[in-house]
Amino acid sequence: MTTQTTDVLDVTDLRTYFPVKSRGLISRTVGAVKAVDGVSLSLDAGETLGLVGESGSGKTTAARSILMLVRPTGGSVKIDGEEITDLSARKLMPIRRKAQMIFQDPYNALNPRHTVGAIISAPFKVQKVTPPGGVKQGVLELMERVGLNPEHYNRYPNEFSGGQRQRIGIARAIALRPKLIVCDEPVSALDVSIQAQILNLLRDLQKEFGIAYLFVAHDLAVVRQISHRVAVMYLGKIMETAPREVIYSRPLHPYTHSLLSAVPIPDPKRQAHRKTRIVLHGDLPSPIDPPSGCVFRTRCFQAQEKCAVEVPPLVELAPGHQVACHFPIQVEDLPARVEVQAVAADAPVEATPDVEIVTQESAERKAEEGATGKGRGAQEEALDEGGAAEEAAVGLNKPKG
Amino acid sequence: MTATSEVPLSDMPIAGALDRPFLSVSDLSVAFPTEDGLVQAVEGVSLSIEKGKTLAIVGESGSGKSVTAQAIMGLVNRKSAKVSGEIWLDGQELLHLPQGEVQELMGMEIAMIFQDPMSSLHPFYRIGDQIVEAIRVHRPMGKAAARREVLEMLHHVGIPAAERRIDAYPHQLSGGMRQRVMIAMALINSPQLLIADEPTTALDVTVQAQILELIARLQGEFGTTVILITHDLGIVADVADDVAVMYGGRIVELASTTTLYDYPEMPYTLGLLSSVPRMDQKLPERLDPIRGNPPSPIRLPKGCVFQPRCDYWERVPGEACKTVRPELLESDPDHLVRCLLQVEERKQIARDVKQILAGGSE
Repeated sequence: MTTQTTDVLDVTDLRTYFPVKSRGLISRTVGAVKAVDGVSLSLDAGETLGLVGESGSGKTTAARSILMLVRPTGGSVKIDGEEITDLSARKLMPIRRKAQMIFQDPYNALNPRHTVGAIISAPFKVQKVTPPGGVKQGVLELMERVGLNPEHYNRYPNEFSGGQRQRIGIARAIALRPKLIVCDEPVSALDVSIQAQILNLLRDLQKEFGIAYLFVAHDLAVVRQISHRVAVMYLGKIMETAPREVIYSRPLHPYTHSLLSAVPIPDPKRQAHRKTRIVLHGDLPSPIDPPSGCVFRTRCFQAQEKCAVEVPPLVELAPGHQVACHFPIQVEDLPARVEVQAVAADAPVEATPDVEIVTQESAERKAEEGATGKGRGAQEEALDEGGAAEEAAVGLNKPKG
Repeated sequence: MTATSEVPLSDMPIAGALDRPFLSVSDLSVAFPTEDGLVQAVEGVSLSIEKGKTLAIVGESGSGKSVTAQAIMGLVNRKSAKVSGEIWLDGQELLHLPQGEVQELMGMEIAMIFQDPMSSLHPFYRIGDQIVEAIRVHRPMGKAAARREVLEMLHHVGIPAAERRIDAYPHQLSGGMRQRVMIAMALINSPQLLIADEPTTALDVTVQAQILELIARLQGEFGTTVILITHDLGIVADVADDVAVMYGGRIVELASTTTLYDYPEMPYTLGLLSSVPRMDQKLPERLDPIRGNPPSPIRLPKGCVFQPRCDYWERVPGEACKTVRPELLESDPDHLVRCLLQVEERKQIARDVKQILAGGSE
């Protein structure tokens, strides 16, 4: 990672642990949930980094820790070159001018008893900043800029739809012209037609004001639309990070492959002819007691014994493309279908997940034979013929030279 | 069946005219009187599904998709809502059945799964006991036998270590696991019709893929007919046979899934398709969203409900879109569209939009 002091955001080895207390009268700390465990990332001015992951991956905690809304346990966060992890709440105030946040739920992020005008003018008042032309003029201009009718200055949040409320939140966030906005799932509560409007608005604001976004989301298609670079998180760690084009077309981490193959494509023909389907059975392991070695190994189709022993470091395999995996795999080498049954939480340490693989050839052969059914049906038939599939699968689970 | 024969043929597009569809809804309207006026949540919805098929109802919030499902399920409170129309399930009209008989059908012939599993699971009771109750309400069966059946079903929906999990409380399970429990509970009496209201919206993509595969597999095994309610066009492409697009309480386009994605015609459907960011296409510089906001169900536009957000209404002479409510008419066989544009004109528009969307995608 290139660390320049000019980065708008520079996070190194960020760790946020939540203590687990024992029950009873005297509660002792008996362990820790490692919600964020050694995350490093950086952002240039005017750049968007998409942070994706499933629920429980720690992406929201990471976002909140970066803005000190949750105090991190360790690591360093520099905003515009200034270390902020050990600043007091008062000393953080000037930093808040540079870094703002947009929240997922536009219903809970706005005070229902304040008018829109009061909500959007709050940053000016708190920071004692007077925009040119006065506070009210500044608010009216902001409302206009984010696509709200300035006549609604005196209305209350409950009179607005979800999309309009998110615009109010955005107006408040850009009021002080911040250099960085952390967006936590900003469009996931919105309808698709409104979602697209908000994504366009965020992009326009970025071009106009040069804002850097840390864009936290679980929707990979949305992240692709807005991000320049993408980082994939799993159980508190970054699994893979790469420029947008690379992560969507040539990912290397088995977890990224699994995520991408699970996103449905809104086109029945393309969906049926998808090259790879990786179906992960089972859930994320408990972050209280994460798996040894690589945290993803309990659901990974590439898992080997080594994965249970050694934590894979995040290494740069191509310029700007970092992967934390002992056995990265290219798109071309993926089988047509993989079914992974996660290792149970109480299984012995050396257990690897139950992996069932159908190769490209056997799936195609089957698809031709059962051409009447949908692609999905044909592939499932292919699965039923387990013997042939297993034969074809020999060698796929081996580490690559 | 005298009642279905009164329905104009064009209202039953998907089913063949000869064999009666398994489920047919005709001219369903649901309105809720409120202090601010009458909320017309659903108006004139007609659709039909054949046995074992999947119909997706797609729409944004406020489109009436969930109310339609609740009306079929008999969950709309008849005291507070005005409901009219007919719902025929396997030769039986549901809307005018007495309350007692409706409850017999619920959970036995028709079952529903929701977005939030906690809305159908009681937090105080063990999941096994809750599913056992679902059996014993409808079928006379001993507790031990019912428990064996529950265990089998939990295995079936892919709950690992079901022997242990059967005595778990809902809060001890993960979201995906709870969703599976709810599906197990819905399917325990082998219902003929399963209504799934946003079944995967609260789940992560990897778990979503598991649940969709599970529903498809169980549908194959039990021959269940499925109504899938969703806002996610990606899921629809994956699992549905037919799609009804709803907007402002009405069906605005109804077709088979392949037809709808290949030849969408209603400007709203086009708008939806171009609003969704897609992973399989070249990245557009900007998305092309539908402008404005969905209409308030209390003050629906006088003409076409989509007119205020439509890019093409000026192409219809005499500003008809502002004054005339279009009918749901056949555009091609098995393809119904509610739009005042000339058929040829809207087909041309659709081709142009699709071309822009595809934009050298491959």
